[in-house]
Amino acid sequence: MTTTESTPQSGTVTGDAPTPTGPTSKIDYSEKIPNNVNLAGDRKLQRALEGWQPKFIDWWKNLGPSIPTHDVYLRTATAVGRDGWAHFDRVPMEDYRWGIFLAEQDPDRKVNFGDKLGEPAWQEVPGEHRSDLRRLIVVQGDTEPASVEQQRHLGMTAPSLYDMRNLFQVNVEEGRHLWAMVYLLHAYFGKDGREEAEQLLKRNSGDFDSPRILGAFNEETTDWLSFFMFTYFTDRDGKYQLGTLKESGFDPLARTCEFMLKEEAHHMFVGTTGVQRTVQRTAELMKEHGTDDIWQYGGIPLSVIQKYLNFQFSVSMDLFGSETSSNAAAYYTAGLKGRWMETRRKDDHQLHGLTMDVPIIENGRMSTKTVPMLTALNLDLRNEYAADCENGVKRWNQELEDAGLEERLFLPHQGFNRKVGTFAGHHVSPSGEILDDAAWEKNVGDWLPTPDDRAQVAELMVPHYDTGDFAGWIAPPSVGINSMPVEYDYVRF
Amino acid sequence: MTTLDERPGTGGAEATAPGPDQPPARTEVSFDTSPDRYKHWKLSVDGEVATLTLDVAEDGGIVPGYELKMNSYDLGVDIELHDAVQRIRFEHPEAKALVITSAKDRMFCAGANIKMLAASPHSWKVNFCKFTNETRNGIEDASAHSGLTSIAAVNGTAAGGGYELALACDQIVLIDDNSSAVSLPEVPLLGVLPGTGGLTRVVDKRGVRRDLADVFSTTSEGIRGERAVQWRLVDGIAKARDFPEEIARRAAEAAATSSRPGAGAQGVPLTPLTREVDGDTTRYEHVRVVLDRDSGTATITVLGPTAVPSSIEELHEQGDSAWLLAATRQLDDVILRLRTNELSVGTWLLRTEGDVGTVAAYDEFLLAHRDDWLVNETIGFYKRAVKRLDTTSRSLFALIEPGSCFAGLLAEIAFAADRSFMLEGQFEEDDDPKPAAVLRLDEFNTGLLPMSNDLTRLQVRFLGSAEELAAAEAAVGRDLLAADALELGLVTSAPDDIDWDDEIRLVVEERKSFSPDALTGMEANLRFAGQETPETKVFGRLTAWQNWIFQRPNAAGPEGALRRYGTGQRADYDRKRV
Repeated sequence: MTTTESTPQSGTVTGDAPTPTGPTSKIDYSEKIPNNVNLAGDRKLQRALEGWQPKFIDWWKNLGPSIPTHDVYLRTATAVGRDGWAHFDRVPMEDYRWGIFLAEQDPDRKVNFGDKLGEPAWQEVPGEHRSDLRRLIVVQGDTEPASVEQQRHLGMTAPSLYDMRNLFQVNVEEGRHLWAMVYLLHAYFGKDGREEAEQLLKRNSGDFDSPRILGAFNEETTDWLSFFMFTYFTDRDGKYQLGTLKESGFDPLARTCEFMLKEEAHHMFVGTTGVQRTVQRTAELMKEHGTDDIWQYGGIPLSVIQKYLNFQFSVSMDLFGSETSSNAAAYYTAGLKGRWMETRRKDDHQLHGLTMDVPIIENGRMSTKTVPMLTALNLDLRNEYAADCENGVKRWNQELEDAGLEERLFLPHQGFNRKVGTFAGHHVSPSGEILDDAAWEKNVGDWLPTPDDRAQVAELMVPHYDTGDFAGWIAPPSVGINSMPVEYDYVRF
Repeated sequence: MTTLDERPGTGGAEATAPGPDQPPARTEVSFDTSPDRYKHWKLSVDGEVATLTLDVAEDGGIVPGYELKMNSYDLGVDIELHDAVQRIRFEHPEAKALVITSAKDRMFCAGANIKMLAASPHSWKVNFCKFTNETRNGIEDASAHSGLTSIAAVNGTAAGGGYELALACDQIVLIDDNSSAVSLPEVPLLGVLPGTGGLTRVVDKRGVRRDLADVFSTTSEGIRGERAVQWRLVDGIAKARDFPEEIARRAAEAAATSSRPGAGAQGVPLTPLTREVDGDTTRYEHVRVVLDRDSGTATITVLGPTAVPSSIEELHEQGDSAWLLAATRQLDDVILRLRTNELSVGTWLLRTEGDVGTVAAYDEFLLAHRDDWLVNETIGFYKRAVKRLDTTSRSLFALIEPGSCFAGLLAEIAFAADRSFMLEGQFEEDDDPKPAAVLRLDEFNTGLLPMSNDLTRLQVRFLGSAEELAAAEAAVGRDLLAADALELGLVTSAPDDIDWDDEIRLVVEERKSFSPDALTGMEANLRFAGQETPETKVFGRLTAWQNWIFQRPNAAGPEGALRRYGTGQRADYDRKRV
C-alpha cells in the first residue's frame, strides 16, 4: 500500500496507513473485543454489547460477504497506539475481532465552534442535544453496514485475491465503524441508544420495507467498477462527514470519528487505486488497439468509466443534503457538527454575520444567492469534498497522459443528475448546461451507465482466484499489502 | 381581581416598587402566619359561626411600593385568608358556618390592588392569581366536603376581586343602601379580566344569564339592590338595620344542616412549621427539599409514616404532629414557597422514602375512620396539596426508587407528575442494596383524591382506554414491580440501575433546554384531559386569557389601561381584534 491521499486544506500527504500517534499504552487485550474504552470495567457497555453482539454476528452471517472463505489476510485494530493500530494476520472472517477504539483523549480539549466556543468539550451527552446527537450518530452509523450489504456478492466476481482481500478489509472495517457508532449509542444514550443500535441491523440496503436511511446506500453495487467508484466517491462522503463530527464538542464522538478516519483512508486507497488500475488497463488497451471501443479486447471503455464516475459522483453529492440548511446551522451553533478542518479555519468559528454565495438556477440560468454562512455549511463541506475528488481524477488522468492519450476523465458539473438541493428538478449536463426534458432524454445514455453498459461490464466480471492472477480489465497493483508480494494468497478457501 | 383604589401618579413611591420589567427586590415570601399575627383579617368564632372580617392595613403590603387602600388586597392579605380558612377547618370543628365581611365603612373589598398589579412583574401577577384562585377554591371545598357553609356579608361595595371573593361563598348578601354595589369593573376600567374566577362563577356557579353577565361585566359601577338579586348576582339584600340579623339568620340556618361535628369537638391547633434551612437544602420533619440551581431542579422527598396510630383517639392526640397532617402541611408549604420564591428552578423531582407497607397500613387506618372529622379534613387537605402540584407551572418528574413508598395516597404524587421513572431492579452498586421499588394502589387512587376536573388521576391517565383503566384499578393492593407498573402504564419508563443516572440527567438537561413558557403551556394542556369543571375553567380558560391580556400593550403597555388607571388619562387601545 503505497498510495497517497492529500487533503485540500493542508496539502499534507497522508500515507495509506496514517502514522499512529499517542502513547502505546492503554491497550486492553480483551480477547474477544479489542478496545480502549475499559470494556472490562464497564457494566453498562458489557450488558449492552451482550445483547447486541450476537445480533451483529447474525447480521454479518446473513448479509455480510456471501462467498465462503477459509481465512483472509486482514488488518485488525487491536489498540490505538503505534503497535496496535495495524495488526496484520490471516483471520477466518467469522473470527474477525471487531473492536472499539477512540483516539487518545486530550484532557484540555475545548468546544471549538458555535455558541459554546471555548467551553470544555463535553464528556457526557448534554441533555438538550440528546436527540440531535443521537440522530447524527444513527445516520452516520446507518451508512456503515449499508455498504457491506451492497457489496456482499462482489467476492464472487473478484478480479484477484488481492482485490477480494481489499473488499473484505473494507467490509470488516465498515463493520467496525458500525461498532464504533453502536458503542456511542450504548455508552451514552441509554435505552434509546440500545434500541437505535438494534435498528441499525434491522434496516437493510435496498429493503423495500426497511431501507437504509440515505438514498445512495440503497443503490445496488453491481460490479467491481461501481465498487471502486463507490469507495472513491461515496466513502469519501463518509470521510468528510466523519471529519465534521471529529470536530464535535461531544468529545467521545470526536475521538471515535478521529480514529475511524484512519481506517477510512484505506477505503479511499481501494477506490483511488482500483479506478486508477482500471484506467491504466484501459489506456494500455486503447493505445494497443487505437480505439476506445475495447470491449472486444476485454477492457472497459473510457467513456463507460466516465459514465460510472458521473453517476457515483452525482449521487454522492446528494449525500451532503441541501445547499442551505437550517439543521446544519443549528448543529454548528450548538457545537455538535463542525466544518472540515474547523480548527485550521481563520475566522471566529461562530460565523454570525458572515455570508456565502450558494448556486441557484434562476430564470433558466445558473446564478448565485447570498445566504448566511451558517445556513450554507452543507455546501461548504460539499465544496471541500468536490475539490478533494478532483485529486483522484488528476491521478487517473496521469495514466492516460503517460499512455500518450488525449482523452481525459473529468468530474461532472455539480448540478448534474442531482436529486437533492437546488439542482433537483432541473436537468444539467455534465458540462453545466441547463437542458429541457427532451435534450436530457436524448443524451442521458451518453452520461450515465445504461443497462447495456452495466451488462457489458458485468460480463467482464469473471472471478480470478489464483494467486497472482488478475482479470484482464484491470492492471495489477505495483506492490502488495503490508510489504507482501502482489502474488500472495491473500484469501484462502 | 381589581380595586377601585386611587392610583397615584407615576414616580415617587414607585421607585421602591417592583417594576414590570425588573424582578422585585429579592424578598423571600413566607406563608407562615397565624391569627395573632394577622395584619388584615380578624378571625372570630362565636358558637357555630366563624367570622372573618377584612380590615386591610393600608401600609401592610407584602412588598413596598403601594398602599392597600379601600380593603384592596395583595398576596400578603390572601396568605392570611388562606391560613384562616385552614384554621377554621382544623382548629374550629365547632364552626359550622363561615361569614366573610368587612370592617371598613361602605366598602366590602375593592379587589386586588391595582398599583401592585401595575407594578408587578408578570410572573408575580400570575403566581399571585394562582394562589388567590386556590384559596377561593378552598372556600368552596370547605363547603362541599366539610359542611362549612360560607356567607359573604357584603356590607359595602364589592368590586372586582372583592366580588369574586363573595362569589366563592355559598351565599351573597348585599347591603341595600342605594349605593353599595357588586361589580366586575375590570374590562371597562382596567382592560383586564376578573381573573379570580369572576367570569366563570357568574355564569357557571350562579347561573347569571349570559347577556346580563355581559352587561354586568362591562358596567363599571356595578349592579345593586333588587336588580342584583333578580340577576342572581346576589342571593339577598338587606337594609343596614336588618343586615346583621339577616346574616345571623342565614348562618344559623346553614349551621343547622351542617355535617361538621359542632360543639364539643376538640380542634387541632396548627402550630408553626419548623424548617431547617442549610444552604439549598431545607428539611422539615417529613419533607426534604434540595435545590440544584445549576441543573434547575428541586428534589422534593416526602418521608412516609413510621407508624400507624393504634386508634382514632391516638390520631386526635397527635394533633398536628400526626404524620399525614404534618407531612401535608410541609409539602404544601414547599410547593408554595418554591412556586413563589424559586422561579428559575423549573423542574421538580418528586421522591418518597419509607416503608410501603406502613403507608398502606396508614391508608387503611384513614379509610377505616373516614367519617371522623379530622381524618376527613386531613384527607381533604392532602387532596388540595396534590391539586396544587397539578396546577404548578414546573415540570414534575417522579423518581420511584428502591426505598421509596409510592403507595396509595403517596402514589398520587407520582401520578401528578408529567413523567415518572421507576428503577427496574436494585442499585446493585450500593453497599447494601435496598429491595426493588414497588408501587401500590389502593382506594385513594380510585376516587378519594380527584383532580380539579373531578376525575381521578388514573381516570385522566387512561382516558383513552377503559380496559387500561380497569387493569390499573384491578391492580389495587398488589405490590407492583417496575415491569408491572410499566406494563400497566403507571410509569413512563423503567430504566435499570445502569441507565438510571444517565436517563434522569438527560431528561432533566433536555427539559432545561426548552422554553419555560412553552413547557408551562404544554404541561397545563396535557395534565387535564377529560371533562371540564368550573375549577378547570378558572385555571385553564380564564387564567390563560388573563395571562395573555396581562402581557398585551392594551393592558400592560405604557398607554395601556392597567398602567393609566388613576392617572386621569384614558387608555389608548390598539383597536385591532386578535
